[in-house]
Amino acid sequence: MTQGLRQIAFYGKGGIGKSTTSQNTLAALAEMGQRILIVGCDPKADSTRLILHAKAQNTILSLAAEAGSVEDLELQDVMKLGYRDIRCVESGGPEPGVGCAGRGVITSINFLEENGAYEGIDYVSYDVLGDVVCGGFAMPIRENKAQEIYIVMSGEMMAMYAANNISKGILKYANSGGVRLGGLVCNERQTDKELELADSLAKKLGTELIHFVPRDNVVQHAELRRMTVLEYAPDSRQADEYRQLARKIHANAGQGVIPTPITMDELEDLLMEHGVIKAVDESVVGKTAAEVAA
Amino acid sequence: MSLTADDVKKRNQGLIEEVLKAYPEKTVKKRAKHLNVFEEGKPDCGVKSNIKSVPGVMTIRGCAYAGSKGVVWGPIKDMVHISHGPVGCGQYSWGARRNYYAGTTGIESFVTMQFTSDFQEKDIVFGGDKKLAQVIDEVQTLFPLNNGISIQSECPIGLIGDDIEAVAKAKSQQYAGKTIVPVRCEGFRGVSQSLGHHIANDSIRDWIFDKGQSKAVPFEGTPYDVAIIGDYNIGGDAWASRILLEEMGLRVIAQWSGDGSLAELKNSPKARLNVLHCYRSMNYIARYMEETFGIPWVEYNFFGPTKIEESLRRIAAQFDDRIQEGAERVIASYQPRMQAVIDKYRPRLAGKKVMLYVGGLRPRHVIGAYEDLGMEVIGTGYEFGHNDDYQRTAQDVQDGTLIYDDITGYEFEKFVDTIRPDLVGAGIKEKYVFQKMGVPFRQMHSWDYSGPYHGYDGFAIFARDMDMAINNPVWGLSRAPWKEMRD
Repeated sequence: MTQGLRQIAFYGKGGIGKSTTSQNTLAALAEMGQRILIVGCDPKADSTRLILHAKAQNTILSLAAEAGSVEDLELQDVMKLGYRDIRCVESGGPEPGVGCAGRGVITSINFLEENGAYEGIDYVSYDVLGDVVCGGFAMPIRENKAQEIYIVMSGEMMAMYAANNISKGILKYANSGGVRLGGLVCNERQTDKELELADSLAKKLGTELIHFVPRDNVVQHAELRRMTVLEYAPDSRQADEYRQLARKIHANAGQGVIPTPITMDELEDLLMEHGVIKAVDESVVGKTAAEVAA
Repeated sequence: MSLTADDVKKRNQGLIEEVLKAYPEKTVKKRAKHLNVFEEGKPDCGVKSNIKSVPGVMTIRGCAYAGSKGVVWGPIKDMVHISHGPVGCGQYSWGARRNYYAGTTGIESFVTMQFTSDFQEKDIVFGGDKKLAQVIDEVQTLFPLNNGISIQSECPIGLIGDDIEAVAKAKSQQYAGKTIVPVRCEGFRGVSQSLGHHIANDSIRDWIFDKGQSKAVPFEGTPYDVAIIGDYNIGGDAWASRILLEEMGLRVIAQWSGDGSLAELKNSPKARLNVLHCYRSMNYIARYMEETFGIPWVEYNFFGPTKIEESLRRIAAQFDDRIQEGAERVIASYQPRMQAVIDKYRPRLAGKKVMLYVGGLRPRHVIGAYEDLGMEVIGTGYEFGHNDDYQRTAQDVQDGTLIYDDITGYEFEKFVDTIRPDLVGAGIKEKYVFQKMGVPFRQMHSWDYSGPYHGYDGFAIFARDMDMAINNPVWGLSRAPWKEMRD
């Protein structure tokens, strides 16, 4: 493996903007001269869409299924070059509701490693779906895979909940492997006291809010053209935000921490502290409106 | 060496204490509950059962798939049983349990053939339903005379959540209402093969009784119709049993499941009485038929003339004088032959001591046959028995018998090495350990490629086989040369 290869992964709640954030940030890293491989670990296979200007139809798993087995594939069958020569592969997986997507991730990553996909590059970035639901989706955080995990989140309760859960997953593998939490990336949703909340959660988890990405419609415009903001509007303010994030990640090598996940109660307390939710009156829990009125 | 009953109890208690010493504290606590010395007059054997095995102890148990595919479903001869999942489970269960059947293999009978969907990585990742549908199509093309199909789930099916029920329904519709039974017998379910028996029984209830009634097979009943439940026809056991029932005037309308067919399963609700041999693996369906169709059931035991006599009378008591007279006639007609067998073998076997460790019903059922030959069963235990098995066993064992549930490799070796019985009856995994110890051994799952052992015919073979094992001259030659030199 190349000296100094950095392996990072983006995790976060579904729909939070992981793929958008990661592709824009990686495009900015490419702009800095870094050679990059993106490994999409989502059965939807949309982790490289903005780099390739197209959804990758030829995922590792669909080609393997066609050919008979993953041993029948060559690396060039599955790897595509996109914006600034970023190398893209998509693991792919079954349609929703059937099979085992987690096993697919394991199969794909093993294939890439065995076939030298990680040679001649500076960065491997894994883009993983939603929550760490099973062992397969934890693959990128296991031994000798991603060194730092960046959790994309927002000020929404469930996004913070997911961030905490992912930290638990990282903690589990932190001692057996070398995985660390690189930091939180807040993708602004314009919820109440979002920056403070994200910052507090980061502190609770023992890490930092590495960047607060403001909401900007230019992201949407770029996405509609299947492009990153870096490519579509390189001079925009938003492009600079991603460049900042890229620089921070680049400078963050070896700075990751073993996270200190919190309990559900602590998470609720955190929201109360910031006045986002009110303290729950225990006497009304589980009562219907009629019962409370009576 | 003649020990009093109290000596034996003391020795056995000491042995239990000794084997437990080898374990860590937690294991001692767990295993102690599975070992006991039987006290005469107690209503059960005083051991816990049907509990998860302790990891690392080399249990002899199987899995739910083994219970469903290997025991209950596999012998149904005119159906194709698909081992659904990766190839290993199907490969290693190929050949079944020597469940004999009459028919032409590959034409309308399939017991000794092996069908598997041979899962590959892509089937795990993308799901195996499409492949299952294809396997069913291929079975239909290659073996058009099959009367039905069962889908025996291996572990991955449950792990990835394949919808085999949907495939079964769709294919059944496509093939004119053909019986296709999805069985959720994933090996990781339950603590032993026992849950697999239960799951298999339930799948017959749900997919053959409940769904199959509209396509009932034409049937003309008689007042003397019985179904044999829980005889797998190992080495021809069910045949040797069936003739006795027929000779006493009954009509056997179904065999579950040795040499059985789908039509027999479907017709079973028309029986007047279910006669149940292997209680452990098929009491579920017997109870269901009792509750739903009002068919009474009786347990019977066709090992050895004493138990056969008792059982024939118990079965006959459910019918009229004609059958009861028939039973007496059958008993009387075989009596001289049985006496000849006993006269021949008893002098060679009397007083010999046996330790058993088997499955289903045998740890208690075969005791009578040994006793008919003057032998003594001094230790017994079940691989996967439940409380009700140990209650029933209390009626068959002698005071001071060593009882061991889900015995571990270490315990079994230690017990046998210390007690030095004249014969051990267990399975293939245990066979060579004890033979190397110089202890005669018979496989009591497969009858050591012999059989049948059920019925009067079976007893003659049983007696010969036990004599052959125990009195084989090879044991006199088995002393190691270095030991000879030392003496």
